[in-house]
Amino acid sequence: MSKDKFTTLKTTAVPLPNENIDTDQIIPARFLKATTREGFGDNLFRDWRYDADNNPIAGFVLNDKKYSGKILVAGKNFGCGSSREHAAWAIYDFGFRVVVSSFFADIFKNNALNNGLLPIVVSDGFLKQMLEAIELNPKTEIVVDLVNQIMQVGAVKESFEINAYKKTCLMNGYDDIDYLLSLNKEIKEFDVAHA
Amino acid sequence: MSQQKPRTIFEKIWDAHVVKRAEGYPDALFIDRHFIHEVTSPQAFDGLRKRNIPVFNTNRTTATADHNVPTKDQHLPIKEALSRHQVETLRKNCQEFGVELYDLGHPYQGIVHIIGPELGLTQPGMTIVCGDSHTSTHGAFGNIAFGIGTSEVEQVLATQCILQYRPKTMKIEINGALAKGVVSKDIILYIISKISASGATGFFVEYAGDTIRNLSMEARMTICNMSIEMGARGGLIAPDETTFNYMRGRKFAPQGEAFEQKVADWKKLTTDEGATYDVVLQYDAADIAPMITYGTNPGMGMKVTDRIPTVEELKEISEHASFKKSLEYMGLEQGASLLGKAVDYVFIGSCTNARIEDLRLVADMVKGKKKAENVEVWVIPGSKQVEAQAISEGLDKVFEAAGFELRSPGCSACLGMNEDKVPAGKYCISTSNRNFEGRQGPKSRTFLASPLSAAAAAITGRVTDVREFN
Repeated sequence: MSKDKFTTLKTTAVPLPNENIDTDQIIPARFLKATTREGFGDNLFRDWRYDADNNPIAGFVLNDKKYSGKILVAGKNFGCGSSREHAAWAIYDFGFRVVVSSFFADIFKNNALNNGLLPIVVSDGFLKQMLEAIELNPKTEIVVDLVNQIMQVGAVKESFEINAYKKTCLMNGYDDIDYLLSLNKEIKEFDVAHA
Repeated sequence: MSQQKPRTIFEKIWDAHVVKRAEGYPDALFIDRHFIHEVTSPQAFDGLRKRNIPVFNTNRTTATADHNVPTKDQHLPIKEALSRHQVETLRKNCQEFGVELYDLGHPYQGIVHIIGPELGLTQPGMTIVCGDSHTSTHGAFGNIAFGIGTSEVEQVLATQCILQYRPKTMKIEINGALAKGVVSKDIILYIISKISASGATGFFVEYAGDTIRNLSMEARMTICNMSIEMGARGGLIAPDETTFNYMRGRKFAPQGEAFEQKVADWKKLTTDEGATYDVVLQYDAADIAPMITYGTNPGMGMKVTDRIPTVEELKEISEHASFKKSLEYMGLEQGASLLGKAVDYVFIGSCTNARIEDLRLVADMVKGKKKAENVEVWVIPGSKQVEAQAISEGLDKVFEAAGFELRSPGCSACLGMNEDKVPAGKYCISTSNRNFEGRQGPKSRTFLASPLSAAAAAITGRVTDVREFN
């Protein structure tokens, strides 16, 4: 699916410093029964966000009015576990456009990039600084500049890596199928040769 | 011909499947075999419809219903409306696009990673993907198999290719004889406990060493299955006679002379002398004991006789908060032993441990015994074929006499997507692959262990050292 184009983003962020946040926490399996991509944001972090009677759990960041913005800042190994793309859909559907962590699980990272959600890997030190800054002042302004691959938190900057192909896709709203479809002839030949 | 650089088996298979390598792009990797199921495919088929394109080659995709199916009364319409709709959507999509579906009731239906190997669809040297992270299971046959997201499922349906950067390589070598009571599940839980739930992220693993060589195909699949639990893209084992003997005569494997010709090719799938890996890890089988997890990720595991660590014993200070949260969720104390801890449920199933060999291990152990009164025991065979085999061997009678409930195939309580959920606060010793918070049902508490350990706990009602079990 072609997504919104991403170049720069100026926003605030929501801190979720837990490590090893798996995709079962992001979107529990019992909410994977839909056959469309929309609406998963309602159940984002369902079991951390709501109790068994569907009442919001006080203290969880998504229920805390002081935090808002389009960036989710999480502890290391974010998105481990199941390959469910619903995790990326839920985060995007909720309104986030960027997830920051010091380390992402591979499949989640691919899924995010395929849905216009930018995963930014930062150093452990920068992550710690960033979490502290947001907790101290939830209105801390954060600028994500994808073109120059720089993230600025208050007065502090850090550059981030993203491979050139995925960057082009995000900036232009392209997806992988556009490119693969252009290889149709070569793929057909390969398929026949390897039947 | 120029002298080729020595390559690992992974590099050989990868290179053989690159349709296009272009500057500035990931490799366009051809996919030989694609498995789909009801949960991660509907949005991909929608994508095809929106673009008005067909499935590239229907012979290379196989579908089954497994994640979201009931394990009781499978012959009746699915009661839960959303689950029923999802399975019906799969049915409709497969019919519209011409994809072979092993639907509920079909003799080949089952958990996608169990049916691929047992039907001979999974073969050495292939590239295999599925919208499920445990696709790594198939790597036991010496192929590149990994889980993908739904956008990638759509790519594969549309083009039979996927755009991928080649991961780094890791070799994990285990040598020596396994002690009594130690099975392949313990090997992989041991490795993950050593390198953590993210220790192999960014890598594709090759398992080697004589301990691995001496394992059956089913035991090898258990190990490759859990590669993803240490973050690896996948894990493979070079094919050998064990592999070929398992495959010979299977439904979709080449037959007769054609099979023997294939075997000659498959024998070349070895890592060259002098090939290098980005990381090499070595373990001694003698150090492996029956394992159990105590926390909420598969890296939080220990020997069943060990104590849960204390925060002071953790290497990383940054882990303290997550560790404490995890133990609080599990209702466990730092430094405590799990031996003798009462359990409420025993789940024997999942793509990790629901093959016939697993059911035989359990049946051997519990024959003539009865389950403890405090536990409920579910045995969920991995496929219709496993179920039929179990019944033909009389294992169903053993389970029945023991008070175990033998149900119909599906993913079941591994992920609690259907009705098979462990209630809040209850402890389940499970042969599955994940102990995440709420994985087996909201607020459920999971101890991952081998089928032997699960069987022993079913009889004693407690976490038990299988070596002490008579």
